[in-house]
Amino acid sequence: MTTPDLSVSLCGISLRNPLVLASGILGTSAELLERVARCGAGAVTSKSCGPTPRAGHPNPTVLAWGHGLINAVGLSNPGADEEARILRDAKARLAPLGVPLIASIFAETVAGFGEVARRVAEAAPDFIEVNISCPNVEAEFGRPFAADARDAAAVTAAVRRAVSLPIIVKLSPNVPDIAAIARAVEAEGADAVSAINTLGPGMVIDTDSGKPILANRTGGVSGPAIRPIAVRCVYDVSRAVRVPVIGIGGVACGRDAAEMIMAGATAVGIGTAVYDRGPEVFAAIGEELRAFMASHGYTAVSQMRGLAHDD
Amino acid sequence: MTIDLPTAFRIRHLRDESPTVRTFILDGALHAEPGQFIMAWIPRVNEKPFSLVDDAPITLTIARVGPFTEAAHRLREGDRLWVRGPYGRGFAPLPRPAVLVGGGYGAAPLAFLARRLRAQGVEVSVALGARSARDLVLVERFQAAGCSVHPATEDGSLGHRGLATEVAERLLDERPDAALYACGPEAMLERLARLCRARGTPGQFSMERLMKCGLGVCGSCDRGGLLVCRDGPVFSAEQVLGAWHTSPQAFGLPLSAGGEGE
Repeated sequence: MTTPDLSVSLCGISLRNPLVLASGILGTSAELLERVARCGAGAVTSKSCGPTPRAGHPNPTVLAWGHGLINAVGLSNPGADEEARILRDAKARLAPLGVPLIASIFAETVAGFGEVARRVAEAAPDFIEVNISCPNVEAEFGRPFAADARDAAAVTAAVRRAVSLPIIVKLSPNVPDIAAIARAVEAEGADAVSAINTLGPGMVIDTDSGKPILANRTGGVSGPAIRPIAVRCVYDVSRAVRVPVIGIGGVACGRDAAEMIMAGATAVGIGTAVYDRGPEVFAAIGEELRAFMASHGYTAVSQMRGLAHDD
Repeated sequence: MTIDLPTAFRIRHLRDESPTVRTFILDGALHAEPGQFIMAWIPRVNEKPFSLVDDAPITLTIARVGPFTEAAHRLREGDRLWVRGPYGRGFAPLPRPAVLVGGGYGAAPLAFLARRLRAQGVEVSVALGARSARDLVLVERFQAAGCSVHPATEDGSLGHRGLATEVAERLLDERPDAALYACGPEAMLERLARLCRARGTPGQFSMERLMKCGLGVCGSCDRGGLLVCRDGPVFSAEQVLGAWHTSPQAFGLPLSAGGEGE
């Protein structure tokens, strides 16, 4: 029997396997992005970058609450110009490994998204991921753009005008109809969508002091606890749009990755699992996925994609 | 066993080490390796990493250097401090004579290590560096553990006038078969790492970086692709000198660990 082929094509760009480092995990430096690639990721996403440097929230910013993580890092980033330098360095390190680079961006305004996209595009990443769904800066930025189809569409259109690179728009699960948001961004030229960003926001209270533990009080919930929601969102989104979907949310092993693909994902984001299993999680999940495919008679990832859609 | 969420402990005892450094002995214990660190939280203030000076009882030595540590220094015996951890990879104690080198409050994780080494019957010499005699910390702990302590002060007010690295070099001359363990400013660690490399001395170095999650996910403590909170805080000489990157094993090196202040 032939060894299962893990490679996938995302917007015409080849990934050696469908496992993508999700934004916000380990993506702060060129060296870390290279490390994750060497650990077996099929593509890597940098931590979201905005127009100007931000320190983010004070600590505590990330907690292991028992069934995953809750975080409110607060979009700490070095600003678009320094980020472009990091991305250029990262691209040079990743190119020989054949691992595509996804540059994640955010901004406070629609025009700001276009501006950051243009500056980051100068570093020639393979994709731009548009983060319209961070739940942790609401006090500052107001409701995330991902909460409204018109806002999401306007951001997508601004980035589309600014760059010719493939655009991925990252969606929030914290909406009543994620498929409607997906259709809106596809109509404005998104080449792919990723779903989901963290769930919530949630809160963890220290019962000794009676105070929320996160400095931001609330934070985005991730990890195994949210996987059924992520799978449902990917199922809904992939039935609503023609563009490929990167399925993200609580994937911790090869069987979880297969489930996400069966929900309709072309690629699968890995984030919180890095906490449980270290950066080596990428090679491990890759091998688990290969073993799963072999034991179930799949020779290509595409044979599993969207299986849940058929009645 | 790691405590995942910040957990309240009463402060059983406070001890002033110097005008700006205080040791906190808490009413509780962890199971930790020397060199591992914890995250200390004060509600609505902040949360910062600190090396363990001991795990049973939980003991921290905190220098007053910023808003969080000033808030910690305002706490009194009987007040609460919240702790999660331990995290990171600690020192791996080797069965050979030990030279410990502490710069400033870098002495903190070494005091824990010294106690463990002495319990294994290892001969321990400690070079402690500070600006002045009154800035030397934890000296009595090293002495009580049965170590020979060799201070170095920049102003010559106690022991060798100069740097702890100079004392360390002399101690290594006296015990060429010794292993070296160090914690302190990065320039000191780099100098000692070069010394170890040149002499073939096994060396372990506890590094400090800005940390946020302490869990190996946020990337705040990146040091050239190594995570100080998870791969460290104790590193090999090659890792300190950045040579890991040219190694085929790049990130597969056996790592050992500790952690630090603001």
